[in-house]
Amino acid sequence: MSETAVKSEPKKKQIRIALRNCGVINPGRIEDYIEKDGYLSLGRVVTELTPEESIEIVRESGLRGRGGAGFSTGLKWEFARRSKSDQKYVVCNADEGDPGAFMDRSILEGDPHSVLEAMAICGYAIGADTGFIYIRAEYPLAIERLKTAIAQAREFGFLGKRIFGTAFDFDISLKYGAGAFVCGEETALIHSMEGHRGEPSLKPPFPAESGYLGKPTNVNNVETFANIPVIFQRGPEWFKQIGTERSKGTKVFALAGKVNNVGLVEVPMGITIREVIFEIGGGIKDGKKFKAVQTGGPSGGCLTEKHLDTPIDYENLVACGSMMGSGGMIVMDEDDCMVSIAKFFLDFTVEESCGKCAPCRIGNKRLYELLDRICAGKGELEDLDRLRNLSEVIKDTSLCGLGQSSPNPVLSTLANFYDEYISHVVDKKCHAGVCRDLLEYFIVEENCVGCTACARACPVGAINGERKEPHVINPEICIKCGACMEKCKFDAVILR
Amino acid sequence: MSRIQSFEELKLYRDELRRSNKSDGQQNHTDSPVLVKIAMATCSLAAGAEKIMQFMTEELDKRGIDAVICGTGCMGYCYAEPTIEVTLPGEEPVVFGYVDLKKADLIIENYIKQGEMVAGVIPVNYKKVEEI
Repeated sequence: MSETAVKSEPKKKQIRIALRNCGVINPGRIEDYIEKDGYLSLGRVVTELTPEESIEIVRESGLRGRGGAGFSTGLKWEFARRSKSDQKYVVCNADEGDPGAFMDRSILEGDPHSVLEAMAICGYAIGADTGFIYIRAEYPLAIERLKTAIAQAREFGFLGKRIFGTAFDFDISLKYGAGAFVCGEETALIHSMEGHRGEPSLKPPFPAESGYLGKPTNVNNVETFANIPVIFQRGPEWFKQIGTERSKGTKVFALAGKVNNVGLVEVPMGITIREVIFEIGGGIKDGKKFKAVQTGGPSGGCLTEKHLDTPIDYENLVACGSMMGSGGMIVMDEDDCMVSIAKFFLDFTVEESCGKCAPCRIGNKRLYELLDRICAGKGELEDLDRLRNLSEVIKDTSLCGLGQSSPNPVLSTLANFYDEYISHVVDKKCHAGVCRDLLEYFIVEENCVGCTACARACPVGAINGERKEPHVINPEICIKCGACMEKCKFDAVILR
Repeated sequence: MSRIQSFEELKLYRDELRRSNKSDGQQNHTDSPVLVKIAMATCSLAAGAEKIMQFMTEELDKRGIDAVICGTGCMGYCYAEPTIEVTLPGEEPVVFGYVDLKKADLIIENYIKQGEMVAGVIPVNYKKVEEI
C-alpha cells in the first residue's frame, strides 16, 4: 500500500468492543454510560433470562479469557455455577503486571461501569452475591474512578439489594494488591485477597470449586468482563462473526517499544502482526529495521520477520513459540540485542518469583546468571545447551504459570536468534551494540585530527599516534573506561 | 436520581437522557453546542492534559463559545497525548493530537470558530460496535 493511500483514506483495521466507551464517555458520570445502553444487559439478564441461559449466551459467543491463557469464559462460569455452596464470589483480576502493558488500566479509567455491569451479570449467572476487584495500588486513578462508579451504581440500584426489583442481590468492593506480578495468577491472587502471602497453589482444586475463603470463586480479567455487556446487547452470533475459527472477538494490545504510534489498539482476532505494527502502529521509529516483537510479556516469546503474516489468535501465537498473554506487544528494532532482551525478562521473573517452588526460585536465577555471563563475554558454547536444558526443566517442573512460562523468552530467542547467541559466545561480539563488555572503543580515522587529547586522557596508555595524525586504540591494553570518548571533541571515538 | 426499579424504567431513563443531551456524539444536531472531549487517563495526565482542560474550560467561556467539555478515558493514542476530540455542530468528530497551549488556542480560533483545519489530526482508524 502506498504512503499516500494510507494518509488519504485510513483503513479501519481496529474494532473497539472492550474499548468502546474509552475516550468516548465521561467515566465519572453513570448517565453517560446509561446513554450508551449501559446496564441494559444486566437489566435484561436478571429480568428475562435464567442463569443457565445467560451462561449459554457467553459460552455460545466463544469468548475466551483475555488474561492470557484463553480458557472459555462460558465454561468457567458453568463450572462455578455447578459448584454447590451457600456462598460464591466473583473476582475481577485487575492485577496488571506485564512490563509495557496497560490495557486493563485504560478500561478501568475510561469505562469502569462496563466492568461493574459484567461482574453483576456474572454474579447472577453463577449464583454469587459478592464481587471483588483485585486491583494494584499503583493504579490510583483507576481506583478513584472505580470507587466513584461503584457509589453511583449503588445509588441507581444496579448494585445492592433487589436489583431491578428482582430477588437478585449483588455488591462489589475493592481489594488492593501490592503490585506482585505472581498475584495475577488466580490462586495467588485469591491467597493475597485472603491476607496470605501471594503464592500460587496447585490446581485442582480450581477456584470454581474452592476459591476465596474456600468458596466457589470465578476469576475473570478486566478485558474479558468489558466484552460481556456487548455480547448480551448484540447477541452471541454477532460476537462470533468477528475473529477466527477458534478465537472470537477482539483483543486489546498495548503497543510499545520502537514503534511510531505507541498506544492502545483493539483489533479483531486473525489480524496479522504486520498489520498491527506497520499499518496501525505506523511502522518502526526513525525508519529502522524491524527485528522482533515480544508478545505475552515476560511469559511470552518473541516473534520475528517470518511470523509477521501470521494471523493473531491464541493457537497461532503458541505455535510460533509465544503466547497471547494479557496483550503487551513490545516492538524491537535492529538496535536491540536479543540476548539482552532475554536477560531483561529473566531479571523481571527472578525479581517477581514468589520463591515457593525451587525450579522457579533457583532455576530462573541460574538462567539469569548464564545470560549475564554471555552478555559479559564470558560465555562458552556449552552454555547454550545449559540454557536450553535448564529452561525445559523449569517449564516442566514449576508450580504455577509464572515459572512454567518464564523460560519462554530464552527459548524463543534461542530458536529465532541463535546466530546472535553464537556471536556473543564465539566471536564475543554484540552486533546491536548493546552489551558493553563486548564492545570496543575505536577511533574513526576520518574524524580524528590527531589532537592527542585522547592519548593524554588514557590512564593505561592504550592510545598511540603521531601529532596531527589519526590515533589508534590498542584493544589488548584498553580497559574500556571511556575517558577517550569523553575527551574527544570530534566524535572520532566510537563504540563498536 | 433515585433507584431504577425495573428494566422498563432503565430504558425510559436512557431515552430521556438521549433526548435531553443532544450534544452526544451519536446524536449531533446543527443546534448542538460544540463538544470538546479531552482524554484524561493516566497517560494523558502525565503528558499535561490537566493544563489543556483548564485552558479549554476558561478560554471557551471567555471567548463566548457555547461548548460542552467532557473529560474522558484514554482514546488509545498514547504517542500523541494530550489528545482532544472536537465535534462541531452537525459535523463528524475530529481528533487532534500533540495538543499544547498554543495548539489549543489555534484549535479554538481556527477550527472551532471558523471550521478551518489545524495540523495534527489523527484519523479515525477503528470501527465502533454499531458499525459491525
